[in-house]
Amino acid sequence: MEIIIDGQKCEAEAGQTVLEAAQQIGIKIPTLCYLKEVNEIGACRICIVEIEGKGYQTACTFPVSEGLRIKTTSPEIRRLRKLNLELILANHPQDCLKCERSTNCELQSLSKELGVEKVRFAQDSGGYKLDQSTPSIVRDYNKCIKCRRCVSVCEKVQGVKALYPNQRSFKAIISPGYKQELKDVSCVLCGQCIHACPVAAIKEKDDTERVWQVLNDENKHVVLQIAPAVRVALGEEFELPPGTPITEKIVTACRRLGFDKIFDTVFSADLTIVEEGHELLARLKNDGPLPLFTSCSPGWIKYIEHFHSDLLDHLSSCKSPQQMFGALAKSYYAETEGIEPENIVVVSIMPCTAKKFEATREEMEVNGNRDIDIVLTTRELARMLRVCGVDLMKLPAGEFDAPLGITTGAGDIFGITGGVMEAALRTVYEEVTENELEKLEFNQVRGFEGVREASIDLAGQEVNVAIINGLGNVDEVLTAIKEGEKEYHFVEVMSCPGGCIGGGGQPIPTTEEIIVQRGKGLYDIDQAKEIRKSHENPIIKEIYKDYLGEIGGQKAHNLLHTTYQERDQY
Amino acid sequence: MRNCGHIDPENIKDYITRDGYQALGTVVTELKPIEVIEIIEQSGLRGRGGAGFPTGLKWKFTHQAAGKEKYVVANADEGEPGTSKDRLIMEGDPHSLLEAMAIAGYAIGANTGYIYIRGEYQLAIKRLKIAIAQAKEMGLLGENLFDSGFNFEIKIREGAGAYVCGEETALLKSIEGERGEPQVKPPYPTNEGLWGQPTLINNVETLANIAVIIREGAEWFNEIGTEGCPGTKVFTLSGDVENEGIIELPMGTPLRRIIEGFGGGMVDDKEFKVAQSGGSSGGCMPKELLDTPMDYDSLAEIGMTLGSGALLVMDETHCIVDIAKCLMQFFKHESCGKCVPCREGNKRLYNRLDKISKGEGELEDLERLRDLADTMSKTALCGLGQMAPTSIYTTLKYFKDEYLTHIEDNNCTTGSCRGLVDLEVQDKRGGKDYGNNN
Repeated sequence: MEIIIDGQKCEAEAGQTVLEAAQQIGIKIPTLCYLKEVNEIGACRICIVEIEGKGYQTACTFPVSEGLRIKTTSPEIRRLRKLNLELILANHPQDCLKCERSTNCELQSLSKELGVEKVRFAQDSGGYKLDQSTPSIVRDYNKCIKCRRCVSVCEKVQGVKALYPNQRSFKAIISPGYKQELKDVSCVLCGQCIHACPVAAIKEKDDTERVWQVLNDENKHVVLQIAPAVRVALGEEFELPPGTPITEKIVTACRRLGFDKIFDTVFSADLTIVEEGHELLARLKNDGPLPLFTSCSPGWIKYIEHFHSDLLDHLSSCKSPQQMFGALAKSYYAETEGIEPENIVVVSIMPCTAKKFEATREEMEVNGNRDIDIVLTTRELARMLRVCGVDLMKLPAGEFDAPLGITTGAGDIFGITGGVMEAALRTVYEEVTENELEKLEFNQVRGFEGVREASIDLAGQEVNVAIINGLGNVDEVLTAIKEGEKEYHFVEVMSCPGGCIGGGGQPIPTTEEIIVQRGKGLYDIDQAKEIRKSHENPIIKEIYKDYLGEIGGQKAHNLLHTTYQERDQY
Repeated sequence: MRNCGHIDPENIKDYITRDGYQALGTVVTELKPIEVIEIIEQSGLRGRGGAGFPTGLKWKFTHQAAGKEKYVVANADEGEPGTSKDRLIMEGDPHSLLEAMAIAGYAIGANTGYIYIRGEYQLAIKRLKIAIAQAKEMGLLGENLFDSGFNFEIKIREGAGAYVCGEETALLKSIEGERGEPQVKPPYPTNEGLWGQPTLINNVETLANIAVIIREGAEWFNEIGTEGCPGTKVFTLSGDVENEGIIELPMGTPLRRIIEGFGGGMVDDKEFKVAQSGGSSGGCMPKELLDTPMDYDSLAEIGMTLGSGALLVMDETHCIVDIAKCLMQFFKHESCGKCVPCREGNKRLYNRLDKISKGEGELEDLERLRDLADTMSKTALCGLGQMAPTSIYTTLKYFKDEYLTHIEDNNCTTGSCRGLVDLEVQDKRGGKDYGNNN
């Protein structure tokens, strides 16, 4: 159909909004509460346009129709947008200089875009207590502009529904229902709301100060592990294109910060594959319970504990790579290096806010030693590097330390949806068939669709696998499983869309396009590795031989496996 | 209101003796749905909830919309302060509502109706429940009405007191069990309403006109009222008039006649100052507009509204700034908080009026009030935010001097704005004067 925008004829398709039609012809209508296909509620009124015969309408919600005549800019439209923006600003603390989202804040850039010079209303915000009730996420109600993007993401993308608009009028706040704190509700701490937030109303719990303290403590031996998804995203914090792998530079940078050893979560990802692959084969042999669900994504673990606790015995008992790493650092590594585990501090750099929670789970300790002491997100690491003036791109390449930094490509792809599945298949296939895989890439499990399925022939046994990309897709698959419509053997679940590369601790913005770039970065890293199968990791072979004993044996269970708990929904 | 006071509302037979359910019988046995809609269209009936949208057209849209199921919803939330016309209809003539809903259901193709009623209206709720039970008992609701094969049932949903739930999309959300908040339009409820299905929402008073239109004909209805707004309007008259109450009058009756005739004039013969027409979101009409015919079109022409038919009459002892401030206090309380202009704007309007009422106003404040009021009207998401500042426009237009007296002379002539009144307390015991200059 033909519509006219600002005097230009424009071809539009039925079902499009005015905003989308305008974008096609290079007209950028400013938006704030809009999140494509997730939050199209017309709440902020910033995108108003004038539609002939229909007055002022929000471009993000108004559907195109034949012959529509639209004005996207005029002195009046600019006046109205600006005044509404001023109303938002008057109820938002003006402390940009001290705000962690400064220069990366949509409200700030919108103010610049719309040319706000002053706010003609008295400043009137604040007085709310922060919600710091969880180890992962902080909600600052003073900064919240009630755009509701977090509400929509939590409900529509993640299917969790932990957030609601509460109260009304200017007292409205976006929070868990009935004045509860995040810790009281079924929030899984995935942190997708952080990416949805245009301002700094939701953020990770900042643990950098704790890290500075231990780095400054001579009696502490501080070891670091870096998750795979971090290396293809950290660069974005330093203006590199999304997905640029900078593993070696990160290693050098972290050494400069003063960590004693720089290890790699990719190592314990390899270890996870060996243990979890063994568990899968055992369940296939002993009739279940099947399907086996992966257990590396702590948001997913919390989700199933809240919402589908009847299926807890389907979860792999394997700890996540983060926790396996910590358990080994304070046992195997401590013993071989002759350091008291009490004096070892394990710090993780994770793309994830739920990892902070995972580290605090009561199950996650061995002989009184916590597996992990401090978890930082990718963003927090960037913050530490900036404080120290580390010029990332000028740093020489560094190498992970041995032994817990020796890795295979299979562990690297843990950071992308389908990666755990692919890594597991590489190992399980060779173990069962005793043949070497000709082609390591399992393209049928790659991709970014919400749910993907494949059937793999393992020496005559057809193994059905599924990959769930994002918690919002879980219920559909679990319902199909419960009702017997689907018979899977192995299901990978990643809480965040795209997997860990889209995690709640990753650089802001994290968008679909950026996630694709980061994923490509991880596949490239895998491709370039000499060894690409977890079971061929030489250190892992050695550790089983010298220390752990049997795969899935007693010692491995003590250190590397865990249990789960039922949690309330409300 | 033809039956109110003439029938026992708890006895369906009384209603039937006054031709009750005759229209429904005719409709379902003799007319095609589209023929029913044509009659309503020809009658020129317009929505009595406030917006005055042509009822027949709304019926037609819902009739044409495709959906798995369709619904008829009676908006009986009546949250508009100073309005109780729907209450009287439901308490006094509940079957007129039920009959109309069934007719509407037949016309648009719905088998279920909901009455969304203000929770405080317990007597109306009780009588509606009795009426529904009696109608069912007599086969006038339920299955196979008049052997026509048409089924219709009615359910009652009580509101919990939010003003905004009278807004149709918020009302639907509330019925669905969600937070009662307005949604962007389009899509309109006629296409995507209750549970995403085509839904017809009509005000109680609108529906109360249906059966009589079917019985007496569109032409009969056309003869009442004005050309653009046929029929009658029920007004709720309150304030400083001798007789407060609810009156049904032909559309277009001049304001003066309502106040002087039916209202019996001003209490204590005080001077008329202002009448707010249409509820809290209505305009404030000064003396010079007393001869305005009270119908949708005549009022719209002068920037006023008929709204719900509330008429709040105030005499010379009331202060305009104080009135506007009270109204903004109401909206600042009732805004749902979803869209920016309403959530933030009402509070800012109130603050500025408060400032003026305390003698701290500046001339610039009037410009600010206008600017903000205009932004709200143009950009707020729903009628609440768009209409909230109506009193501000209209008072600034007709009573600007009074604002100026507050700002320039620090004076509130009526003594309503306490901050501007010098009080002197005389201590008769000691004979000493204590000045109180606040």
